[in-house]
Amino acid sequence: MSDAVLEIDRVSKSYGSVVALQDMSFSVRAGEMFGFVGSNGAGKTTTMRIALGVLSADSGEIRWNGEPITFETRRHIGYMPEERGLYPKMKVTEQLVYLSELHGMTTAAARRAADEWTERLGLTARRNEEVQKLSLGNQQRVQLAAALAHDPEVLVLDEPFSGLDPVAVDVMSQVLRDKCDSGVPVVFSSHQLDLVERLCDRVGIVRSGQMVANGTVEELRASGANRIEVHAPLATYGWADQLPGVTMLSHVDGRTVVELADGADDQVLLRAALDTGPVHEFTRLRPTLTELFRNVVTEERAA
Amino acid sequence: MSKTSVSVSRGVWLVAKRELNTRVRSKAFVIGTAAIIVVIAAYIGVMFFVGKSMSQTTVGMTGQASVLAEPLKASAKALGEDVTTTTVPDVATGERQVTEGELDVLVSGATDKLQVLVKKDLGNQVRAALDGLVRQQALDAELAEAGLDPHAVRTTVAGAKFEVRTIEPDDPERGERLGVAMGVTFLLYGSLLMFGMAVAQGVVEEKSSRVIELLLSSVRPWQLLAGKVLGIGLVGLLQMGIVAGVGLTAAIQLGVLTLPQGAVLVTVLSAVVWYFLGFFLYAVMFAMAGSLVSRQEDINSVVQPLMFSAIIPFVLTFITIPRDPESKLLEVLSFIPPFSPIVMPARAALGVAPAWQVIVSAVLAAAALVGLIWLAGRVFGNAVLRTGSRVKLRDALRAS
Repeated sequence: MSDAVLEIDRVSKSYGSVVALQDMSFSVRAGEMFGFVGSNGAGKTTTMRIALGVLSADSGEIRWNGEPITFETRRHIGYMPEERGLYPKMKVTEQLVYLSELHGMTTAAARRAADEWTERLGLTARRNEEVQKLSLGNQQRVQLAAALAHDPEVLVLDEPFSGLDPVAVDVMSQVLRDKCDSGVPVVFSSHQLDLVERLCDRVGIVRSGQMVANGTVEELRASGANRIEVHAPLATYGWADQLPGVTMLSHVDGRTVVELADGADDQVLLRAALDTGPVHEFTRLRPTLTELFRNVVTEERAA
Repeated sequence: MSKTSVSVSRGVWLVAKRELNTRVRSKAFVIGTAAIIVVIAAYIGVMFFVGKSMSQTTVGMTGQASVLAEPLKASAKALGEDVTTTTVPDVATGERQVTEGELDVLVSGATDKLQVLVKKDLGNQVRAALDGLVRQQALDAELAEAGLDPHAVRTTVAGAKFEVRTIEPDDPERGERLGVAMGVTFLLYGSLLMFGMAVAQGVVEEKSSRVIELLLSSVRPWQLLAGKVLGIGLVGLLQMGIVAGVGLTAAIQLGVLTLPQGAVLVTVLSAVVWYFLGFFLYAVMFAMAGSLVSRQEDINSVVQPLMFSAIIPFVLTFITIPRDPESKLLEVLSFIPPFSPIVMPARAALGVAPAWQVIVSAVLAAAALVGLIWLAGRVFGNAVLRTGSRVKLRDALRAS
C-alpha cells in the first residue's frame, strides 16, 4: 500500500457557461487526511462526485495508485454524499448489507461488516429499525457506516460532520483517524475549520473551482502575513513607526501588533522594543485556518 | 480479502433481490393480493349464480294440463330453456305460488283450452314451447278427424330433416373461453399498471432520497434499471400466479370452467409470456418516466401518457371482444407494441387469433422491447442524477 495515492489531476467541469471546476488538482496519500474547504458553490462537491464517477469531467483525470480510475476501482472508494441518501423504509442492517454487497462483498462478509460498524458507531440498538425512524444524527451515523462497511481503500466524505452533536463529532473524528492510520487516504470537506485544522494533515482551500492554497496546516499558516505582537508596557504610541518595513496595526495597553513586510528584520523590531523599556512578550502571530479562509473569501469578493 | 469484483449479472440480481425482498414482505403486496382475490371470487361467484338461475323456469301444472308436463319440458329444452315442472293441487294454490314467486308459470285448464298465469310476463321460450304444444294438440285433433294416425304423422314429420354445413363451426366452449380471455386481460392490465407504477415510484424514491448517488457509485445506471424492472416484474408475476391459481382452482371446482385442463395450461403459460413482454415494455417506459422527476408529486404528470396507452387498448378489448371477437381494430392493435400484450392474450385465449399472428405479435413486442431498453438506458442514465425540476425528455435523450 506504499504507493496508495488518490490523485485529482487538472479536472475541469463546466455547466454551459458556468465554470464549476478549473484545473482542479491535488493528491492524497495513504495515511493522510485531506481537508477540503471552500465557500458554498466553490466546487468541492463537484470534485468529489467526479472522483466517484457520479458525474463526468470535461477534462482531466482521476488516478488511483497511478492508474486512471475505472468503474471497477471506484468500488473500493467509500463515499458519503453531501445529499445524504439511504432508503427511508429499509432497516439499518439490511441497508448496510445491500450497499456492501453492491460494492462486491459476499453476503456473509457484508453481514459481519454491518454488525461490526453498527456496533462501533453505537447503533446496535437501532439495527432493525427503519432509517426514517432514526434521529438525523443517527441517520448520519448509518450513512457513515455505509461508506465504511465495505472496507474501502479510499474514503471520500462530503461534509461528514455537518449536523452532528459534539459527541458524534468525536466518534466520527476517531473513526476517520483510525481509518487513516490504517493506511487509507481520507478526503473530506467541511465548513468547520477548527475541526479541519485539528484533524487534517493537509488542507486544500478552493475558490471558484480552483485550488488556491494546498499544503499542511503549518505550511499554510506560515504562508500568511508575517505579524508580530509585542508586549512592551512602557512603549508609546507610534514607537515602531520609523522602522523600515514595519506597519503598525494596533496599539492597546502596551500591546502592539505590527505587520512585517517581506525581508524586514524582526530583530530590529525587537531591539526597538527593548529601547522603550521591558519587553514581556514578543510573539509571531500565525493566522488560524479560519483567518486564512476568510482572507481567501475576501479576495474572492474583491475579485 | 472478502471483496470480489461484482459481475454484471450479480449487480442486476442484487438490485432485483432487494426489490423482491422489500416488496413481497410489504403490507401493500399482501393487502393488494387479497383484494384482487376477493374481486375474482366475486366475479366467479356471480358467474356461478347467474349460470344457475338464468334460463331456469319453474312451471306448475294443475288438472288436465298435467299431462303436458313431459312434452313441455322436451320442447322447451329444444328451444334452449331449462324447465322444471311440478304438479299443483288446484288453481288457487298455484295462483298463490306464482304471486309468491315460488312458481314462474302456472298452466291450468283443459289441454285444448290452456290457461297460463304468470306474475308479469311470459318468457319467449316458454311461450313458444306452449304455443307449439297447443298447436300440436289442435293438429292432432284435426288429423284424427281426417282419419289419420296422429302418431304416425308426427313420426314422419319428425323424420324430415335437412343437413347443415358450417363454414366456421361454432365453438360450444366460446362462453368459457370468453371468461378466461377477459380474466387474463383484466389481470395483465391490472398488473402492468400497478407494477409499472411501482417501478416509476421506486425510481423516484431513489431519486428523492438521494440514495441514487450512492448506488451509482457502485452499479451502472442500466444495471440498476434492469434489476429494478426484473425484481418488480417477479413480484408482479408472483402476485398474478397466486391470483390466477386461486381463480382457476375455484372456477374448476365450482364447475364454472369446464375447458380441458390442457387448454387452460396453454392459456396460463402464454399469459406468463405476455405478462413478461407487456410488463417489461411498460416497466421500462415507467422507469424512464420516473427518472425525469425528483418528487413523488410530479410522477402523475409524466406517467399519464403511459397510463392512457394502457387504458385505451384495455377498454377497447373489454368492450369489443364479447360483441365482436373478430374485430379488425383489435386485430390491428394486437400487433402494435406496446398495445399488443394487452390485446393479443384475449384474442389468443378466445381462439380467434391464429398461431402465426400470436408469434409475429410476440416477436414484434420483443423487438420493440430491445429498442426501448436501449432508449430507456440512455434517458435513465442521463436524467436520474438530475434533481430539482422535471427533466425534459428531449434533454435527457440528447445529453451525453
